[in-house]
Amino acid sequence: METKRIVFVGVGGQGNLLATRLLGEACLAAGIPAVVSEIHGMAQRGGIVESALVMGDATSPIVSEGEADILVGFEPLETLRALNKCNQDTVIIVNVHPLPPFTVAIGQGVYPDVDKALETIRNAVSSLIALDGDELAAKAGNPLSLNMVMVGALIGSKSIPLDGDVLKDTISKTTKQAFLDSNLKAFDFGIAAAHSPLDPSKSGIKS
Amino acid sequence: MLLLGNEAIARGAIEAGIGVATCYPGTPSSEIPDTFFTLYQEAGFYFEYSTNEKVALEVASGAAISGVRSMCTMKHVGMNVASDALMTLAYLGVNAGMVVINADDPSLFSSQNEQDNRYYARLSALPMMEPTTAQEMKDMTVAAFDVSEKLKLPVILRTTTRLNHLRGSVTFGKRRPITSKGSFKKDPFHYVAIPAVSRNLHKILAEKYDQSLQLSEKSEYNRMTGTGKCGIVTNGVSMNYVQDAINDLGISDKVTLLRLGFSHPMPENLIVKFLKGVDKVLVVEELEPIMENEIRSIAQSKGIGIPIKGKGDNLFPQLFEFDPGLVRKTIASYFDVPDTSPQPVEVTDVPELPGRPPNLCAGCPHRAMYYAIKKVYGPDAIYPSDIGCYTLGVLPPLSMADIVICMGASVGSSCGIAAATDQKVVAFIGDSTFFHSGIPGLINAVHNKHKFTLVILDNGTTAMTGQQPHPGVDTEPMGVDTTQISIESVVRGVGVEHVEVVNPLQVKKAVAAAQASKDFDGISVIISKELCPLYARAIKKARKVRPFYVNQDKCTHRLDCINYLACPAMYLDDGKTMINENLCIGCAVCAQVCPENAILPLKN
Repeated sequence: METKRIVFVGVGGQGNLLATRLLGEACLAAGIPAVVSEIHGMAQRGGIVESALVMGDATSPIVSEGEADILVGFEPLETLRALNKCNQDTVIIVNVHPLPPFTVAIGQGVYPDVDKALETIRNAVSSLIALDGDELAAKAGNPLSLNMVMVGALIGSKSIPLDGDVLKDTISKTTKQAFLDSNLKAFDFGIAAAHSPLDPSKSGIKS
Repeated sequence: MLLLGNEAIARGAIEAGIGVATCYPGTPSSEIPDTFFTLYQEAGFYFEYSTNEKVALEVASGAAISGVRSMCTMKHVGMNVASDALMTLAYLGVNAGMVVINADDPSLFSSQNEQDNRYYARLSALPMMEPTTAQEMKDMTVAAFDVSEKLKLPVILRTTTRLNHLRGSVTFGKRRPITSKGSFKKDPFHYVAIPAVSRNLHKILAEKYDQSLQLSEKSEYNRMTGTGKCGIVTNGVSMNYVQDAINDLGISDKVTLLRLGFSHPMPENLIVKFLKGVDKVLVVEELEPIMENEIRSIAQSKGIGIPIKGKGDNLFPQLFEFDPGLVRKTIASYFDVPDTSPQPVEVTDVPELPGRPPNLCAGCPHRAMYYAIKKVYGPDAIYPSDIGCYTLGVLPPLSMADIVICMGASVGSSCGIAAATDQKVVAFIGDSTFFHSGIPGLINAVHNKHKFTLVILDNGTTAMTGQQPHPGVDTEPMGVDTTQISIESVVRGVGVEHVEVVNPLQVKKAVAAAQASKDFDGISVIISKELCPLYARAIKKARKVRPFYVNQDKCTHRLDCINYLACPAMYLDDGKTMINENLCIGCAVCAQVCPENAILPLKN
């Protein structure tokens, strides 16, 4: 089958490794060959966390510059930083909620204006889906379900050949009972958000 | 099943019926022992987190010589520590299969260097195998045990970070029954490596090398595919990049691909056959040009004059890991075929982005101890540091690491700096690292009367690699019966006279301990004792405390909190110092540092 290369970027604690792994499991359940790549070690120390899912016949676990078919950005600054992974046909799904790094607090840099950043991203690639993932996760009843919102948005974008039912099945099998409802809700909010994304020029988000 | 590469190795070891597994944890190898740790009691084999890699290798060798299959896992720099044992163990050999997992780290994701440990196979004359996929990490582990048992030699299975931390589909095989007890058969003139014995053992090793070469020639992991005139040789993770490149470029009819999975000794006859069928050769290997040079040497000895390239301008770099695009582009240009790589987007209007370096966690006790030491010793003292979370203190504004070499070197290098300069020296070492290799340095410091202060940052766990236990940890809550060793007793036992144990979160006491160490003329030790908050949470020992907030009426914006502590829970909002109450764990260090007493616990 056609290869799909998906890159996930976020910040330690946002759960993008778990999201990537979940998608990998779902691929397997759907009979699609998949390989996942993770970087461990810094996940709980506020650093950048990047992971990848390669679906289809390719066997390389990582994605080179310019070769991501989809970039799922859990945070706007990190999405901007990962633009080098994209080409003009890349679909970018971005959570517009900023998490300023500590360097900004101690005056070692300025967090970019989110609206301008989204504008830059929108001009660079063919398709941008922006959503306030943190707000949707909170609405689902668990701020930690941001990763499920983002997985939902990826499925809702219809850019990979996986349907929502397979994902829901995988989520149900791998989630603790206490979080299952909120995770499934968050996943559905993500799908809906992909169908009616924010207008990037009017995100209303201040950095 | 979708398994992490490291889990696949652990599964392979269990399928191979290991009786003993040992390790010192280190990224990217840590999930192998961590998987053993969750399984070993149920599966019925012996497992331990050893004190360091050398001890781990010795333990595993004792078992394998006694007829019990064993595995020892480590990261690449751990092999440096273990190598003393490895070199002579190769002479002694083993009676049951023994596999040494060596995890290299090209691109230094989590290491102090990116040495290429394929050289260790050459140095020790031991067989080396290199898997390519998650499935192979499992299968090749099983195969490595068989090779080891055939040759009566330990086998090194070499991985790289990308393999350890990929997840791929793995089909399980049958489990061989576990044998966890053997018997040591006395044979001193084989197992006592005195010169007279070792001269003979070296001959035996040379014979075994020839046998391993024969196995390598026939190994299913050394295979040639295709009949094209473009020759490509590859190993390990690069095999994936090469395969994808051949498919993407549509050149499978032009290529003969030689994949070396049993990569030491290199299968000479197979390589000659390969060289005779192609016009030119590209060697695709990360880091050192090892296969390239050996293949060139084989070609030269056979009078084969075709171009054999790998490293160089417009070819592959010798530094850092490869990626699929790099491999595709290089193959395309070397063999002169059109490349269809997509172009990265060009974005000109991206502003300079602020960095996001990893940081000590909110409430980390290391930060508190750094504050106390810096308050007393100032910015001009020399701060040798070591390997662990606390190395993150190198970044400003903490700036509390001046030299880091390897595990344990904080202590040894401090001896040298103290001897060679008149500067004040305060060294930092973690608890696990202290047990790993800090103790000999401390004995040296006491014996040779070096004058400096050693701060042992005892957070009760091996935090950086994932909270593994070490000899100073009470493992009872984990359901494991071990003897807990007191760092203070060790320090006093080796003769340090000035020893203080403090809780770094009590700022005044920590500062007083720092001052006392400065006033003491000689080697002094401060044991900074407070659990890693992540670990405390994991073992349900975290105290319930309220997060703090900044009383804006009292705050005079001196920013001592931010400038001296750099806690990630604090930030500036329109010039106001704020605390993110979701991140704050209520350690109260900032409240003790604030000169205006403006930082207070939130009311419920």
